[in-house]
Amino acid sequence: MGKYLLRRILQMIPVVIGSTLLIYALVFLLPGDPVVAIFKGKPAQPQVVAQIKADYNLDKPFIIQYLLFLKNALTFNFGKTFSGQLVSDVIGRAFPNTVKLALMAFVFEAIFGVVFGVLSGMNKGRWYDSVILVLSLLLISVPTFVTGFLLQYVFGVQLAWLPVTASADPGFIDLLMPAMVLGSVSMASIIRLTRSEISANKYMDYVRTARAKGMSNKSVTLRHIIRNSMITVVTYLGADIGALMGGAMVTERIFNINGIGNVTYQAIVRGEAPLVVSVVTLMVLIFVVCNLLVDLLYVVLDPRIRYE
Amino acid sequence: MNKTKFALAVSALTTVALAMAGCGNSASGDNGKAAAKGNPNAIIRTNGCEPEHPLVPQNTNETCGGNPIQLLFSGLVSVATNGKVENNMAESITPSNGNKTFTIKLKKGLKFSDGTEVKADNFIKAWSYGAVATNAQVSSYFFAPIMGYDEVQKEGTPSDTKLSGLEKLDDYSFTVNLSAPSSVFTTMLAYPAFSPLPDSFFKDPKAFGEKPVSYGPYKFKSWTHNQSIELVKNKDYKGTDPAKNGGVTFKVYLDTEAAYRDVQAGNLDVMDTIPQSQLKLYKKDKKVQGYSKPGSTIQAFSFPKDMKHFEQNSKEGQLRRRAVSMAIDRQQLIDKVLSGVGTPATDFIPPVITGHKSDLENSKFVKYNPEEAKKLWAEADKISKWTDKDTLNFAYNADGGAKPIFDAVANSVKNTLGINATSKAYPTFAQYRQLIGQRKMQDIFRAGWMPDYPSAQNYLTPLYSTGAGNGNGSNDNDYSNPEVDKLLSDADSAATQEEAIKDYQKVDNILLGDLSSVPMYYGNASGVAALGVGGFQMNWQNEPVFTDLTKA
Repeated sequence: MGKYLLRRILQMIPVVIGSTLLIYALVFLLPGDPVVAIFKGKPAQPQVVAQIKADYNLDKPFIIQYLLFLKNALTFNFGKTFSGQLVSDVIGRAFPNTVKLALMAFVFEAIFGVVFGVLSGMNKGRWYDSVILVLSLLLISVPTFVTGFLLQYVFGVQLAWLPVTASADPGFIDLLMPAMVLGSVSMASIIRLTRSEISANKYMDYVRTARAKGMSNKSVTLRHIIRNSMITVVTYLGADIGALMGGAMVTERIFNINGIGNVTYQAIVRGEAPLVVSVVTLMVLIFVVCNLLVDLLYVVLDPRIRYE
Repeated sequence: MNKTKFALAVSALTTVALAMAGCGNSASGDNGKAAAKGNPNAIIRTNGCEPEHPLVPQNTNETCGGNPIQLLFSGLVSVATNGKVENNMAESITPSNGNKTFTIKLKKGLKFSDGTEVKADNFIKAWSYGAVATNAQVSSYFFAPIMGYDEVQKEGTPSDTKLSGLEKLDDYSFTVNLSAPSSVFTTMLAYPAFSPLPDSFFKDPKAFGEKPVSYGPYKFKSWTHNQSIELVKNKDYKGTDPAKNGGVTFKVYLDTEAAYRDVQAGNLDVMDTIPQSQLKLYKKDKKVQGYSKPGSTIQAFSFPKDMKHFEQNSKEGQLRRRAVSMAIDRQQLIDKVLSGVGTPATDFIPPVITGHKSDLENSKFVKYNPEEAKKLWAEADKISKWTDKDTLNFAYNADGGAKPIFDAVANSVKNTLGINATSKAYPTFAQYRQLIGQRKMQDIFRAGWMPDYPSAQNYLTPLYSTGAGNGNGSNDNDYSNPEVDKLLSDADSAATQEEAIKDYQKVDNILLGDLSSVPMYYGNASGVAALGVGGFQMNWQNEPVFTDLTKA
């Protein structure tokens, strides 16, 4: 197990280097010169342009720029934005908000997704199964920004129950509506996934065997049906943490949350390579770590799986 | 200043917002109920965005940083909402030597917010700092008219080099020597790049950029990056426009839709734009008071100098440019695409600027006239045939919300002239500007202009004089006409404003005849305020007059 873990962690190094190189190249390849855009179509004095380029290493060839970035990154200096702020400061301010939002959405979708999914799967064909099915279909097919605007208008502007936009340092109440919006699509998927897993596992041989042994209905459901159904659901949830953080961009825009999504959008528009690369690398790391955690969770859920 | 505030509207969101507004309300006039009396300590909350540069007046050229800077620093002159220029922080500004030398006398007793006195040296050092290339200040070009500018643009010029055209007379007066006469220099001084900087700036410019020290109607209080910038009233302010409220807070919004919802809910007092999706609805919205009047921006498109069939100095080119211009139904464009928020252009100077005229001789070339357009186009075909294989492309940058406009323009031309015409998107503003800058743009291209100072000159000289071409200014298609150059330089040395205006109008007329750029429409200054906010008006920069805003 320890060896396996070490191997997985060592594997992250090439992943991170590869992704930084790729993203840096992509930002570099973005059409247009970010320094030209700084002047907004007003006269740009050649010597002033040259000075700005020199200040941000933009006058050097791509590979040198990248290596300089990497070299500085090793000492935790991730560069600065055109407004002179440290990239690490910008991320440090935005990241906690996105994490809060994503975690709230995660808890929301995990709890409601699994509960409704189990309810639905165990009672296939009942009226509430149909209601849950229709509602989840609706949530999957309606884009997040529609749900977002609708909830914002109804509960924020018209009824004034919840804040319209998040405050500077968003708390639970600020993020309640955004988290529900963000988590809603995944929640619907989890409901459907859980439902189909449960209904498939319900008729498995080992369930019949357990019942034949005289196990109580409760422990059959909990220990055999639900536990075995959770393997797929957990995989989905694990991969979804990363997706939630990335997908937060739309939600953050609607509810004006100062998060990673907003920061990235702004950085791409302004052509600030160091910021884009740092954020994306962070995302890649989160994805990789989540996947590792999911793989480890398999052992807990399915005793047949062993890592050597 | 930039155009991003027009740009952020996401068209995909439009439909939704339209559908939802069904739950809206009916009837309420524009700019309705003003608050009877304001609380002098009330803080006005408005929409803002994260500045692209530190808060230094010489290094700010976009609205995110520009709006706070405007309130922190007052100009030597100020411009009233009616466009009149008057002395503000200056006691007097006296031109001499045929508009080549300006003697500026400061008001005495002006103080920076750190308590130090504002002296002539603060101006001389600040302007020199802004001009020196080593300091890489984006507004450097403002100092180009001052003598000695070329010297400080050389590589490796020490950061604290003084512009040789600036001369101190005593602590409260100095002279500015220009390299060529300029009748608009006084008006230019309204721009924040001409602000003074306190001594503390030169010790630590970085610290200043995060926490500016100023002398305008407001003082800096705090800046939480990506969240808010807070300003409070400056009680020691000696200028013409003291604040009627206790301060202004700029709240950062990435999406103007979100800001609009906050105005509806009363969480935001005023915003300086109306999201695209609300343009049709804001007038009926009972939760807000709207404002929309002709503003100072002008939207046009330009023909590259050597574009085939449209060459700048050929008869054929002129005929075709006029034909294209007359093939566009500007009023319909404004009504359909902009929901009526805009005014068809009749010349190159917007109505809010002195010098505008709607009945110039050549104004007929920017009026919709399909028959005449077809006639001119056919005439041009006799010189050189436009074939079915040729396509007329209208280029624009896709990140600025210009798509619907250029789709409509291309369609209008296509239908009127019966030729192939399409709009062509370039993904980013950066790429678009780079192509234009390198003169590699082959298509007709979008050209919007927001003035730096409210003078007819600012709509003509930087865009159409020969000197502003070839990468030395914003004359992006290198238009060159000796007659225009002569008139512009005459205007620069004109003794009175009236004489200068006459010259500008002559230039205006010549440009309308040549149409190297085709004016489409003047943008509106539009915004909304929450109910209960008083004194809501917008200035020539299309921004609310923040000092006049009140609320209970």
